[in-house]
Parts: sequence; structure tokens; C-alpha cells
Amino acid sequence: MPFTLLGTKLGMTRVYTPKGVSVPVTVIQLGPCVVTQLRTMEKDGYTAVQLGFGEAKPSRSTIPVMVHDSKAGTTPKRYHREFRCTAEELAKFTLGQTLTVKDFEGTMFVDVTGTSKGKGFQGVMKRHNFKGVCASHGTERKHRSPGSIGGLCSNRGFGGGLKKGKRMAGHMGDERVTIRSLDIVRIDEGKGLLLVKGPVPGGARQMVMVRTSTRLYKSKAKRLAGGKK
Amino acid sequence: MGIQQIIESLNAELLRTDLPVLSIGDTISVHNKIVEGDKERTQVFTGVLISHAGRGVTEMITVRKLVDEVGVERTFPVCSPRVEKVEVVRRGDSRRAKLYYLRERKGKSRRIRDRRRGLKHVAKA
Repeated sequence: MPFTLLGTKLGMTRVYTPKGVSVPVTVIQLGPCVVTQLRTMEKDGYTAVQLGFGEAKPSRSTIPVMVHDSKAGTTPKRYHREFRCTAEELAKFTLGQTLTVKDFEGTMFVDVTGTSKGKGFQGVMKRHNFKGVCASHGTERKHRSPGSIGGLCSNRGFGGGLKKGKRMAGHMGDERVTIRSLDIVRIDEGKGLLLVKGPVPGGARQMVMVRTSTRLYKSKAKRLAGGKK
Repeated sequence: MGIQQIIESLNAELLRTDLPVLSIGDTISVHNKIVEGDKERTQVFTGVLISHAGRGVTEMITVRKLVDEVGVERTFPVCSPRVEKVEVVRRGDSRRAKLYYLRERKGKSRRIRDRRRGLKHVAKA
């Protein structure tokens, strides 16, 4: 199973390769994360590693969290997340162990999970990439409308009513999004930073989860097989 | 360290300190490395600096020149390692931040005055 770490998105900038190609990068402050619990088959029915990340003020934390984290010999953490692993992999982790960005060394591609920026109530053109209605040909006051949402018989079966899952206007964003197969551009151990190519979900200062890539896109899998960077 | 400082500390190594102070209206020549097949050579693009956008590593400058009475504009990322050096040929006087009006001008009205104001400041920098 993929190795996961928690971090904070800091923002975007660009770096230049020696050839002069500009690479847009997102800067992520990754870790340090503390192993706060090990889930075992005997006790929990599954195997996983629980990570704690980010300092929480004791006054802002709760006593159950403080006690839970003190069992791992650490201060109360703000975020706790688990990632599944096999029993053999679990044996490599110890309670209270600190994991840093250094553990991502040798990895070429990562998946980044975060909460996307909230966009509020949006129409179908922005939310579902509908094409809208004609600009002319007699169209009035409904250029951005979804058009017909159902026919007399189509998609309906018996009885009136719309097909479930019909795409309509509504709340957009502020949901969990995973971006797959991002290139690692640089790992800065001293500052604990990870630079990945391209944007990641959410705004600056938001918590993101970074894991080693699970399913690579074909072109990237080829690059990995070729050993080219 | 704040978020902005961390990002700027990453950018610090990319920032160029060897470039002269440029201002809009200056005639400059940009020495740009280009790759042709497996050979690399330097191309010099000389023209009027008509616009600059961004700051830090994202700074871009637009240079306009005339080739056979046809205007040619090129935009360079200032901090790119492909930009070898930038030279100031002439200091021009401009009251605007963007000289897009030069695109519509022809003949004498296309000229830009030599800079007289504020030259002391430039010499110091």
C-alpha cells in the first residue's frame, strides 16, 4: 500500500531547469508526522498506520486526543489520518516514530489529496462543463441554462420524475479531490519541503495528504520503467 | 518563517542580480540562448522595452522591435537561464507603464525621447 504523509500546502512558484524550461511547482511543507497508533489485525481487524501532524495548542485540544497522542510520546496533534498497509509493512513502523519528507526520497511520482476551494452555488456551465444554449437564433435570457433535463420517455422508465444523478446547478468545490501522478521536482530536507509539478487542490495553509502513486498514467509508468527523470 | 518567506527563500537562488536596472521605454538588447538541433547559440534581440509584468522569478519583459517595417514583440522570462545577459543601449523617457500605443504609431511619432529626468537615480543603482 502507498506510503502517506501529511503536510501543508504553502503556495506556488516556478523553477527553471538548467535548459531554461520553466516548471510550475507547488510547495508543500511535508511532515514531520508522528506515528500515533498502529492498527493491528488482532485488535482492530485491519492493519494501518495512524499519523499525527501539526501542533495543536493543549487548550484547543481535548483530553482524549492529548492522552491518545501522549501514548506515542508526543504533544497533541491537530490532524490524525490513517493509511492502510500489510502486516509486513506495519512491522517497519514503531509507535512514536517521526516521519519526514526524507522518506519520499527515490520516489518519482506522488498523489496529492486535499479539499478543493469552495466555489459556492454554481451553474451547470461552470460546474459540469455544459455548453450552454445558443448565443443567438432567438435565444433569450437562457444562454447559460442546462436546457432540457428530460424527455417524455427518455431516461425515465415508468412514472414521472428525473433520472437519479441528473447533473444540475448546485454547490461546487469544497470536496475531497485527489490529483494523481504528480512529478516530484525537488525534495528539500533541510526545510522539510516537497516541490511537485503543477497545482494541487485547496488554498494555501490547507492540509494535504501526499502518498506514493498508486496507479500511474501510462506515459508516466513508461518513464518510470525507462528510469528517465 | 512565514509562508511567503519560505517560498521566496526557494526563489532566492534563481533570482538574477547581474542585470542592469531596466525601465519602460529603454532600448535594450537581450542575449538569448537558443538551441538548434544539438547546437546552441546566442541570439541578440534589440528593441524597446514596452512592458514588464510579475516580480521575482516570475518577472517577464516584453521587447518590441521592427523588422522590415513589421513589428516583432518577444516576451522573455527575466530569470530564465536562457537569458544570458541584458544590455541597455539607450535610456528612454516614458510616462507610462505599458507602451502598447507604439503598436499603432508609425514614423516620427514612434520615437521615444531620451531620458533626462531621474538619470541621477539610475546611475546610482
